[in-house]
Amino acid sequence: MPKVRTRDIIEKFSLELISGEEGIDRPITTSDISRPGIEMAGYFDYYPAERIQLLGKTELSFFKQLDEDARITRVEKLCTDITPAIIITREMEVPKELIEASERKSVPVLRSPLKTTRFSSRLTNFLEGKLAPTTAVHGVLVDVYGIGVLITGKSGVGKSETALELVKRGHRLVADDCVEIRKEDQDILIGSAPELIEHLLEIRGLGIINVMTLFGAGAVRSHKRITLVIDLELWDPNKQYDRLGLDEEKVNIMDTEITKITVPVRPGRNLAVIIEVAAMNFRLKRMGVNAALQFTNRLSDAIEDGDHEDV
Amino acid sequence: MVEKQVKVMLRTGLQARPAALFVQKANRFSSDIYLEKDGKKVNAKSIMGLMSLAVSNGAVVTLIVDGSDEQEAIKELTNYIQQEE
Repeated sequence: MPKVRTRDIIEKFSLELISGEEGIDRPITTSDISRPGIEMAGYFDYYPAERIQLLGKTELSFFKQLDEDARITRVEKLCTDITPAIIITREMEVPKELIEASERKSVPVLRSPLKTTRFSSRLTNFLEGKLAPTTAVHGVLVDVYGIGVLITGKSGVGKSETALELVKRGHRLVADDCVEIRKEDQDILIGSAPELIEHLLEIRGLGIINVMTLFGAGAVRSHKRITLVIDLELWDPNKQYDRLGLDEEKVNIMDTEITKITVPVRPGRNLAVIIEVAAMNFRLKRMGVNAALQFTNRLSDAIEDGDHEDV
Repeated sequence: MVEKQVKVMLRTGLQARPAALFVQKANRFSSDIYLEKDGKKVNAKSIMGLMSLAVSNGAVVTLIVDGSDEQEAIKELTNYIQQEE
């Protein structure tokens, strides 16, 4: 199923539909936008037909100067079976040749009152967001002190229960059980909940609860950047857990490295507090204060001093 | 790892109750079980993920099972979603 259709940008930017209504369900497959100036001049060898075509003042005033034959053939070539839309900016008058050609090929011709460059950048932003690569992971996403913490772990380890405790402590739930992740830019991962299960939390024994109606609008968020992954696992006595916090483990999600902390679960360990502290400690590290590093430096100083005293 | 395309025959699709039952069955196996629909893949042991797919009657889903008891798991789960009641 296509992620964006021409219909969506008409709604989003309140564009005026001039002609070619049959084509408004065409898919938009790329966030690139084309300004077909060179094509207007007759050069169609590299015409990116699958992009949205934007016609501004320059293109249209040039088009007006052409003789009638050229006008007809060029708009004919401009309107292809895969062109999602041709958009006229600055509320300018649409050439009648374009209207005719677009009706024949069912390419939607739309109009916006905005200036071309401004509209182009807004459209690019919108399309990049919509067309960004996405994936879904099994886990719970909570905003803890402004840090997007993705809690992962096997089914039944207590992710949702921990999230509930965190919400009770004033943090915000983004998604339970299934987190949709969208990659923006090079290394920004934005997590959100699938629409159907937004604001819901499933607690064994209680069933499905609605966090927003129970705890209020302050207890939920629609999306949040993921910066920390906390993996809960049942305590394995044979495994070594990090005792110092000097090394940072990383996990790879959609080619992006995210810091990961493995927290063993055992009765009597308050996971919500541990996650709160992990989030605060992570913030502190990013501000340049690394408690573990400071301590080992002090320790090595003390050891060195001790060596000297011995001599 | 075994993979299988299955058509959902349950009359109501994976509505809340059938979904809960499905998850219960999936949790009896130690294998990792995923269910994919329209390119969206979720952990079949988690009810919320499963319900977020809104699987309807007649939809074709892919079951992906990986682990020591994958054969039994895929058989039982396929039987379950292919039954009409």
